[in-house]
Amino acid sequence: MRQPIVCATMSEAVADIPDDITLLVPGFGPGLPFNLLTALYDQGARGLTTVSNGVGGAPAADGRKGLGEFVEAGRVKKVIAAFTAPTHPSRGSIVVDMVRGGTLEAELVPQGTLAERVRAGGAGIPAFYTPASVGTLLAEGKEHREFDGETYVMERAIFADYAFIRAWRADTAGNLVYRMAARNFNPVFAMGARHVIVEVEQPIVPAGEIPPDQVHTPGIYVERLVQIPPDGYFSSGRMPAATTEPRGSR
Amino acid sequence: MTAAQRRLTRELIAATIARRLERGWIVNLGVGMPTLVSSYVHPKQDLTFTSENGVIGYAGLADESEMDQDIVNAGVQPVTLHPGASIVHHADSFALVRRGMNDVTVLGAYEVAIDGSFANWRTSTEPFDQLGGIGGAMDLAARCKQVWIAMDHTTRDGSPRLLEHCTLPVTAPRGVTLVVTDVAVVAVRDGRFVLEEHAPGFTPQQIQAMTGARLEISRDLSEIQI
Repeated sequence: MRQPIVCATMSEAVADIPDDITLLVPGFGPGLPFNLLTALYDQGARGLTTVSNGVGGAPAADGRKGLGEFVEAGRVKKVIAAFTAPTHPSRGSIVVDMVRGGTLEAELVPQGTLAERVRAGGAGIPAFYTPASVGTLLAEGKEHREFDGETYVMERAIFADYAFIRAWRADTAGNLVYRMAARNFNPVFAMGARHVIVEVEQPIVPAGEIPPDQVHTPGIYVERLVQIPPDGYFSSGRMPAATTEPRGSR
Repeated sequence: MTAAQRRLTRELIAATIARRLERGWIVNLGVGMPTLVSSYVHPKQDLTFTSENGVIGYAGLADESEMDQDIVNAGVQPVTLHPGASIVHHADSFALVRRGMNDVTVLGAYEVAIDGSFANWRTSTEPFDQLGGIGGAMDLAARCKQVWIAMDHTTRDGSPRLLEHCTLPVTAPRGVTLVVTDVAVVAVRDGRFVLEEHAPGFTPQQIQAMTGARLEISRDLSEIQI
């Protein structure tokens, strides 16, 4: 079977990423590929168009880099996100300042439409109709169409150059499993890009150890795998000793 | 003699909403006050809470000992799971929203109008510059059977948030059926606001004075249980 490349380090995994790519960045609280992002930050790529739920908050004390740091460093050309400004008006935002100053482009997208645009891109569907945003500023200038008496707006698919993915488990065939709600955009984004690079929390196991019917993302989508090193960034405040038992179930 | 006025705290607003959720409903809770609601429901209500990030069947906020940072609600607060909970990815999470699986979504807002429109993603009336914080609100409002709003009755400087027309860009042009504020429970029906409950010590006249559109008074007007 086709095997992805298992990289020794995060920097090796991102070394040849060119400037001016479109990059999918999953995460909704947990599930953010901080290790790959930090390595890409150090690598220096610029001119990025990023697709993500939000654009990051305050810089982390532990040195990890999120999209906010890329934006602040002027290395992002455009952000496509469901949050391009803080929901609370009193909070400042580098994105807001840069968009108003003309040094950053933004595209605001409803969260479900964002997920579906990438899902469609990864499913060979160029566009789709959704009821979300009809009658709002976001639908202005977009094609509208009626189906069965209800109005929908057309949204275009997104297919990106690269996706950074954060998985909990992986085997050497590249099959991935996500843990709990760290799944969020990850399986969708893993199908929506030409080059898929995955950081993995648990030790990578030999092919065959993940039962085929429990795979969340098939290995055929995965180009590179890299183990998060012991001194890497694990989930924020992650429970000690990762176990297969879902904590908090009751 | 008039009773002392008592405004509802965020927690009491959440508890008031929790009491109105009907048995067996599938409920989405938005960021902010709404995510408090799951901590105030009774097990006998048999509610299923869903979250934009694909968690189906979560319970209340997790305490220190229960906390797992990979199990969070829409506000990225750690929550616990009920037995039988399940987790799907983001595209499937919104597939169930657009499919109309949710009986209600509870959201925060800046403004609500008598036609059921509401505004909660942008505080500027300047020409649209692609800046705002929508999250999943537009997807939810488009297809949940009802939209309930949890918010303060007025802005910090006392201006009304319940209005004839929204002044801010709307999240959806219709859909709101109930607003629970720190002083009132207001139903939104057929283009009208109907005052159904009032906070202790607040008269309908006082609440009307804090409201930017005419309030009809329900025949069953009652005091909010605290």
